[in-house]
Amino acid sequence: MRLTCPLCGERDRREFYYYGSEDYLNRPAPDAPPQAWDDHLHNRDNPAGVTRDLWYHDMGCSSWLVVTRNTVTHEIHAVELVADRKGGAA
Amino acid sequence: MRLAGKGLIDRSQPVTFTFDGTTYQGFRGDTLASALLANDVRLVGRSFKYHRPRGVLTAGSEEPNGMVEIVEGNQQTPNVRATVQEVFEGLAARSQNRFPSLKFDLLGINDRLSPFLSAGFYYKTFMWPRPLWEKLYEPLIRRAAGLGSLSGKHDEAQYEKAWAFCDVLVIGSGPAGLMAAWTAAQAGADVILAEEEARMGGRLVSDNLRVDGQPGVEWVDGLLAELKAMPNVRLMTRTTVTGAYDDGTFGALERVGLHRAPAPHLPRECFWRIVAGQTVLAAGALERPIAFPDNDRPGIMLASALRTYLHRYGVVPGKRVALIANNDAARATARDLMAAGVKVVAILDTRPDASVVEDCPVYMNAQITGTAGRLGLTSLTCRHAGGTATLEVDTLAVSGGWNPTVHLTCHMNGRPLWREDIAAFVPAPDAVPRLTPAGACTGTFSTAGAFRDGHEAARKALAALGRAAPEMTLPQAEDAPYAITPFWETPGVEGRQWLDFANDVTTKDVKLSAQENFRSVEHMKRYTTQGMAPDQGKNSNVGALAVLADATGRGIPQTGTTTFRPPYVPTSIAAMGAGGRGAGFAPQRFLTSDQASRDRAAPMIEAGLWYRPSYFPKPGETTWLEACNRETRMVRDSVGVADVSTLGKIDLQGKDAARFLDLVYTNTFSTLPVGRVRYGLMLREDGHVLDDGTTARLGDHRYLMTTTTAAAGLVMRHLDFVHQAFCAGWDVRFASVTEAWAQFAVAGPKAKALLATLLGDMPDLPFMGVTDVTLGKVKARLFRISFSGEEGYEIAVPTRYGEALFRDLVARAETMGGGPYGMEALNVLRIEKGFITHAEIHGRTTAFDIGMEKMVSAKKDCIGKAAAARPGMVGADRDQLVGLKATAAMGAGAHLFIPGDRVHRETDQGYITSVCYSPTLDAHLALAFLRNGRARHGEKIRVVDHLRKIDIVAEVTDPVFHDKEGVKLRA
Amino acid sequence: MRYSGLQVIKEGLFGNKGWKPAWRDPAPKAEYDAIIIGGGGHGLSTAYYLAKNHGLTNIAVLEKGYLGSGNIGRNTTIVRANYFLPGNSEFYSHSMKLWEGLEIDLNYNVMHSQRGLINLFHSDGQRDAFVRRGNSMINQGDDAILLDREGVREMLPYLDFEQTRFPIYGGLYHPRGGTARHDAVAWGYARGADRRGVDLIQNCEVTGIDIQNGKVVGVQTTRGAIKAKKVGIVVAGRSSQVAAMAGMRLPIESHILQAFVTEGLKPVIDHVVSFGMGHFYISQSDKGGLVFGGDLDFYASYASRGNLPMVEHVMEAGMTLMPMIGRAKVLRSWGGIMDMSPDGSPIIDKTHVDGLFLDCGWNYGGFKAVPASGFCMAHLMATGESHPVAARFKLNRFATGHILDEEGTGSQHNLH
Repeated sequence: MRLTCPLCGERDRREFYYYGSEDYLNRPAPDAPPQAWDDHLHNRDNPAGVTRDLWYHDMGCSSWLVVTRNTVTHEIHAVELVADRKGGAA
Repeated sequence: MRLAGKGLIDRSQPVTFTFDGTTYQGFRGDTLASALLANDVRLVGRSFKYHRPRGVLTAGSEEPNGMVEIVEGNQQTPNVRATVQEVFEGLAARSQNRFPSLKFDLLGINDRLSPFLSAGFYYKTFMWPRPLWEKLYEPLIRRAAGLGSLSGKHDEAQYEKAWAFCDVLVIGSGPAGLMAAWTAAQAGADVILAEEEARMGGRLVSDNLRVDGQPGVEWVDGLLAELKAMPNVRLMTRTTVTGAYDDGTFGALERVGLHRAPAPHLPRECFWRIVAGQTVLAAGALERPIAFPDNDRPGIMLASALRTYLHRYGVVPGKRVALIANNDAARATARDLMAAGVKVVAILDTRPDASVVEDCPVYMNAQITGTAGRLGLTSLTCRHAGGTATLEVDTLAVSGGWNPTVHLTCHMNGRPLWREDIAAFVPAPDAVPRLTPAGACTGTFSTAGAFRDGHEAARKALAALGRAAPEMTLPQAEDAPYAITPFWETPGVEGRQWLDFANDVTTKDVKLSAQENFRSVEHMKRYTTQGMAPDQGKNSNVGALAVLADATGRGIPQTGTTTFRPPYVPTSIAAMGAGGRGAGFAPQRFLTSDQASRDRAAPMIEAGLWYRPSYFPKPGETTWLEACNRETRMVRDSVGVADVSTLGKIDLQGKDAARFLDLVYTNTFSTLPVGRVRYGLMLREDGHVLDDGTTARLGDHRYLMTTTTAAAGLVMRHLDFVHQAFCAGWDVRFASVTEAWAQFAVAGPKAKALLATLLGDMPDLPFMGVTDVTLGKVKARLFRISFSGEEGYEIAVPTRYGEALFRDLVARAETMGGGPYGMEALNVLRIEKGFITHAEIHGRTTAFDIGMEKMVSAKKDCIGKAAAARPGMVGADRDQLVGLKATAAMGAGAHLFIPGDRVHRETDQGYITSVCYSPTLDAHLALAFLRNGRARHGEKIRVVDHLRKIDIVAEVTDPVFHDKEGVKLRA
Repeated sequence: MRYSGLQVIKEGLFGNKGWKPAWRDPAPKAEYDAIIIGGGGHGLSTAYYLAKNHGLTNIAVLEKGYLGSGNIGRNTTIVRANYFLPGNSEFYSHSMKLWEGLEIDLNYNVMHSQRGLINLFHSDGQRDAFVRRGNSMINQGDDAILLDREGVREMLPYLDFEQTRFPIYGGLYHPRGGTARHDAVAWGYARGADRRGVDLIQNCEVTGIDIQNGKVVGVQTTRGAIKAKKVGIVVAGRSSQVAAMAGMRLPIESHILQAFVTEGLKPVIDHVVSFGMGHFYISQSDKGGLVFGGDLDFYASYASRGNLPMVEHVMEAGMTLMPMIGRAKVLRSWGGIMDMSPDGSPIIDKTHVDGLFLDCGWNYGGFKAVPASGFCMAHLMATGESHPVAARFKLNRFATGHILDEEGTGSQHNLH
């Protein structure tokens, strides 16, 4: 499996650390109801198909990445920088 | 028997080798199988279950029978295919899975017991009495099972792993592969041509074929010479592509040194990771046997294998040969053998309407009804359109048609498609992205067809790469149609007909599995073990599922196949794990003081990837504990020096650095004055403690964070995440500077005095202060922090000065009655002081558990704050950090019980995380988690460590045993 | 028909013509008292215990492929009861007791082999963590023995004690741990359930869950609608998809775990051995293959196949720990789809839909749990109450913070 880091180019999977679903990006407000936190931390769509999840270029540029890919075929559709995502930066 | 003038072996280089202790001669270029056959050795192994005598069936890596052990001194390699192993001077091979000898094998009795050893019999018996399974039945089964044996000794040989990258990977060097490589190479693409065998050419060098009027071998050699001369082409022989993985990545095993005598620096094998833009799979096809009674005797071989032995090795395995086949292509075996002067007794064609052109008897509608010959074929009986016959033959060539080698196209879950016209599976379209199959592996069996296919596949690959394909004329070669009428098993005859030779699965087993309703192909496989042997069903799967399809009344396409999975050929653990042996498994990190510590005979122990000194023994000390006690007292009484550089150090800068720290720490860092240090607690977002450590404010917009040794990488990744995910717009940047600084703790009542001798002008640093200092011309940092509970400092210098500073500090300490201290004493000092490590913050503890819930600021948000407020994360039900004090040793990992209670999970009150003997208090201390522990100081608690046989009573205390008020820290 | 050595001889004498189907192939009925979705190990054992313990026999197991086509047939076959957190401890202890009577109970030889499991440790800290675990095991009534380095050497002389990157300090020995023949467990439960009247329906994929007024009333399948007032979802890696049919979003992420088997070898590894400094565990099957595995590939996947980085890592771990296996050749690698939960512990619970029950979150420890999982799921479905040994496997424990995290790695699905 190879990911194309927007900063470093195409690299083998072993350079990257995997975290999980992009749900981890949607941090609820501190006073959000418990359900919001439960969804953020635990509950997942877990699709058999296209998903968006978080990878870290551990042995590269230290960028966190949102990878759009297929969990059935392992096809990679897009790799974006977490820091670049719209509306993401507080 | 070797024929004069035939074959591609090097007759100028005779080679002596042994098999089961007998010495034989072969030639360079021989495989063990060809050399044994040349010496008329037909019996090479015993089968797995019935221990039937077996001979070589094939001439390739798919060989199910001819597996041997290769012996080198006291090391041995089991399950080596005699058909792949090349002979070299001194090669020693021996047969396996037989006792006492290959010719007389006691477990041959199993063959007589076969009615009771049918498919799955072991699921139905050996159940009673229960204890006999481990004591009797299983040991007997285990001893009887298995094939070759490992030596049990460490494999000390060399193996390698490597990467390769190319535009076009061509797998297989038969006509399709050669043409694909040639086409791609001429277009200027970087090409890797990988061939499993020692010699490229595939059937072009194993059959009597002509290309452009030239003998196939000569044409191949001409093309290879041209390819070899091209800088953009890499030819890899003895290299089997083992697996197709995502995004154009392939695994491949190169047999680098297996065909030669072992030599220094010569790796046995190299495991390649090949990354290809495009791939042409030209893996060819494998001939398959036909099932008939006792079709597994030595001397019964695949028709194409006989041709390979004849043309490549100049070997014929017998004097009187018959051929049974269901297709036209196999007739070449009879023709070639006759041309070489070998007696072909008859051709048995299973088809009613086959042609008769060969100069030997040809029987139509022929079926073999039995064979004879205990250790090798002597005769066969058959029936045919004209009656029955008994043929005195020592060799039988068999061809049930060809199976395209679709394996790699299935590695990414592609399911092959059944083609009725060739009675075989072919690759599904686009089964592996960026891979195009070509030639025989797609069911194109003629040589000219393979050339066309290979060329077209290369054109497709080049187009995908954006390269123009060269104009070229394809060579002329035979283009005969492949005429086959499927014939799988012989109906209406007694006796067992083998499908899976290696696992001893017969047609009866497959039918029994259907009878017992194991009708799914996967159930059949798993119930009968069909296809689970070392050849993974390469020779037998299609035949077996044809038998199953027949037994269940379904067609072959409806029956489906089992799944081909990597590796294509069995691949040694040593090759795929090359580099992992010994210390190679993980990187080693060394402190700048490493040599200085070793000079003092300190045992160095692993701390994550680091090595840290355990203790610094003094003459006369016989145990680690003596040294530890001395070092602990030394710090408490005078001064000790310890290397603490393993702690993670992260330099944070920017206008929003303070704000950022307020987000990642539970407590507040924006209020920390410049020049001061604060202890911080960090949570995971799920509310459990992630890490702790001190962070210093070096300037208005600059902080230096320390993490624990264990969590340094974790914290860095966490900070990167929080920053990039939640506040990428903030003005804060950070970098790990762990390896840029060497840092030493100087602790004890004389710490300040020691540093004064070093610095000359000792700054008057308050507790939790930080300042820049200079050592000569070297800029350094001085922190007043303590992990020991004594007045303590940490001094940091750029790494290159670390060793010098450590030696200097230790020398100065020794003049003051102090010295270095190691991890053991460091641990005692922190336990006495109630400081936690990852023994306590083990991932399941909350700030509440460790008594730090007040450090979670109510005034601001922080990572983990919301989740830490969940009802299950706080309260009297939780195990809370306490101290335990006792007069006898306690064990970390012991559990706690109320004295008088039954010792059971249900009465469990908690557990111990850290223990020590405290020389300071002359008591045994522990840190522990106790149910509602903070309310229970002063109680007696029973400490039970079954494993260490400890059962004592201790007193529950505050976790801080030493200097509770912190007077010494602030001295 | 009853299986026995005598029967094997009798049938053998008559050409093995008399063996009866191990189970029927019934057509689905219009309605059952209860339906189990998923004909894997857990689903089949649930059906078996519903019939055996609770007398519920008008039930069906719906399997989209063939029986035992999921993780039950692609694991490394390890059976152990060596957990330490309350909740897990009693559950796996119960499972072990069921294993110990399984052959007799099922009249099927699942080849449960209590050959002993040794978890190696490589530092003082690891030893202490294993001691805590071992003491928990003994407090629960199970067995554990602490081995020092020499003790390990006596049992496993082939390990590399001299050169490893992480020296062997000792091991936690669990004598009752071992292995079993994985497929046989599925088949034994299937046959046992079938003999008690349970309909095992293969090639029947559930496509919808019918819910009326908050109550389950049946399922839609590729073989038509089937009514039932109780439905259990027991589908491991596919839990999220099936639960979504009932409008649920689970705390599950599906991950790939690879495993490996070598060619057959004469006996060389007599126990189950697990490396403490890199995920690596190995045993030798009765057939002679070394069966071993490592960690997840770490990315969410339904592909049932993995990639080389973890393959190589596992092989490297093997080479540093026991370099004598270097010349064994890997015959086959495969991947299973693991239903990873945020704390590494399972879920056996009711759902927000009346009559709909959930059994999932087995991470990569599901094989050894098969007996107790079915036992407790059957109890839950039959009585509406959690069985005491599975009482902590609640679906809402993540929301409430009653976490069962043996690894201590936190709410990240792939770290357990």
